[in-house]
Amino acid sequence: MLAVENLHSGYGRIQALHGIDLEVKQGEIVTLIGANGAGKTTLLMTICGAPRASKGRVLLDGQDITQMPMHKIAHLGLAHSPEGRRIFARMSVLENLQMGGVAGDPAHYAEDLAKVLALFPRLQERLNQRGGTLSGGEQQMLAIGRALMSRPRVLLLDEPSLGLAPLVVRHIFDLIRQINRDQGMTVFLVEQNAHHALKLAHRGYVLVNGRVTLAGTGAELLANPEIRAHYLEGGAHGETA
Amino acid sequence: MEYFIQQLINGLTLGAIYGLIAIGYTMVYGIIRMINFAHGEIYMLGAFISLIAFLVATTLGGASVAFGLLIALVSTMILTALWGWAVERLAYRPLRNAPKLAPLISAIGMSIVLQNFSQLSQGARVKPLPPLFKGGIELMHGNGFSVNLSYLQMVIMALTVVLMAVFTWVITRTSLGRAQRATEQDMKMAALLGVNTDRIISATFIMGATLAAVAGLMVTLYYGVIDFYIGFLAGIKAFTAAVLGGIGSLPGAMLGGLLIGLIEAFWSGYFSIEYKDVAVFAILVLVLLFRPTGLLGRPEVEKI
Ligand SMILES: Nc1ncnc2c1ncn2[C@@H]1O[C@H](COP(=O)(O)OP(=O)(O)OP(=O)(O)O)[C@@H](O)[C@H]1O
Ligand SMILES: [Mg+2]
Repeated sequence: MLAVENLHSGYGRIQALHGIDLEVKQGEIVTLIGANGAGKTTLLMTICGAPRASKGRVLLDGQDITQMPMHKIAHLGLAHSPEGRRIFARMSVLENLQMGGVAGDPAHYAEDLAKVLALFPRLQERLNQRGGTLSGGEQQMLAIGRALMSRPRVLLLDEPSLGLAPLVVRHIFDLIRQINRDQGMTVFLVEQNAHHALKLAHRGYVLVNGRVTLAGTGAELLANPEIRAHYLEGGAHGETA
Repeated sequence: MEYFIQQLINGLTLGAIYGLIAIGYTMVYGIIRMINFAHGEIYMLGAFISLIAFLVATTLGGASVAFGLLIALVSTMILTALWGWAVERLAYRPLRNAPKLAPLISAIGMSIVLQNFSQLSQGARVKPLPPLFKGGIELMHGNGFSVNLSYLQMVIMALTVVLMAVFTWVITRTSLGRAQRATEQDMKMAALLGVNTDRIISATFIMGATLAAVAGLMVTLYYGVIDFYIGFLAGIKAFTAAVLGGIGSLPGAMLGGLLIGLIEAFWSGYFSIEYKDVAVFAILVLVLLFRPTGLLGRPEVEKI
């Protein structure tokens, strides 16, 4: 469904990705774990067209989208809940969700809105509140809800657990599992919370300094001693790969 | 008292015109963080197009004055919008990812190009238009002074109120306005969600130019003379209005325009007409000293 081949990308003269190959198949939850600065966000953003890949390709259903304008990529069914949530702070919750529907079919806007609000009842209560005044957890829900509004075929999530209380994290991960199971949505999940992410995902990749160093099923990676040491609790705390 | 009310009326009329132009500055700044220095010239073109359209419609087409004005209004809105769109396409879009100074210089260049273009194609002499709206109503009378509200002033104020209302509705209630606000707040995020941000930027220039075109028509009627140079001072004052109200803020631009108009009218009425422009800019400096973000502006939060 989503494939990345020999992808190079960066910011000006700074190279952040040095030839990434990975694939997310239809209906899968795939996670990408890696330390701060490994290039996870850069990879997700390069898939969406900003920054542009300097080399390599991004394929969506076999179609090369590497040089496609950003807004067209969204209309092909790729939705992104980005790092930092990027809620439109001076727009209401409802307007934020409406913006999420831009790439969707207007014919099932009402249905999608109802679905998202059923998934996040908290948003329903705050429909007219300004995005910027939501709590961090609510903003995260809004970012995910906004991404779901277009009925994407592939959902990219960049650290949805960042800064959230453990209970809320559990809730968000349950929701991801639920969306994947009930709607068959393909999910590509970037996480530092490796334990939760690997338990949830069918497969995972490990990113170190802009290169994929390990790949395997969630269970395999969870059992891998190297991963346990670097990314999981009980390993060397605070150490980065 | 009567004199005061008369200046108030004159000031509000002038302010309505400045406000319409100021919206173009503030919207463009809001969306691409750039001062469109050519906007004053867009307004000047709007004035010329309305004058030409009116003369063509009435003399060649044999239209009545009222119908000629309608034609002038519609054609200047459409054609000036086209100019606004073209300026962005040609002079700013290619520089979208260039350092911030580049589009600014391009804007100054565009402003000179448009001025010279009008000067060459229309001549350097002022173009007169005989007064079309004669008369008005006398609101009050006293101390040997009568307060008049001319029909033209009524038309200008009414048209401004209608335009502002439509415009506010578009920005706050339509999907286009929503996409504009989203693009203004976070352009990359808007694009991630599927908004064609280039098109939204074009729409913003078109809307700003349309309002400036109406201001151009109003000025042509109000003063009865125009020349290729009117865009300069009106542009600077409308820009001042936008900054005074808080650049990036739409209500701010409307308020700033009204204030500038009022300051100008009262200063000319009570002090000296020669120093009215100095007064306008002095007040701008004072306001910015105490409120650097303008009256209704909010502090710019640096985004990462
Ligand atoms: N806008 C930018 N300009 C220049 N360099 C950048 C920019 N954004 C990221 N980088 C650099 O690119 C590298 C990868 O950053 P990226 O944000 O992709 O890391 P990450 O894996 O998402 O980290 P984190 O877990 O902290 O979010 C880092 O070295 C970072 O300093
Ligand atoms: Mg990141």
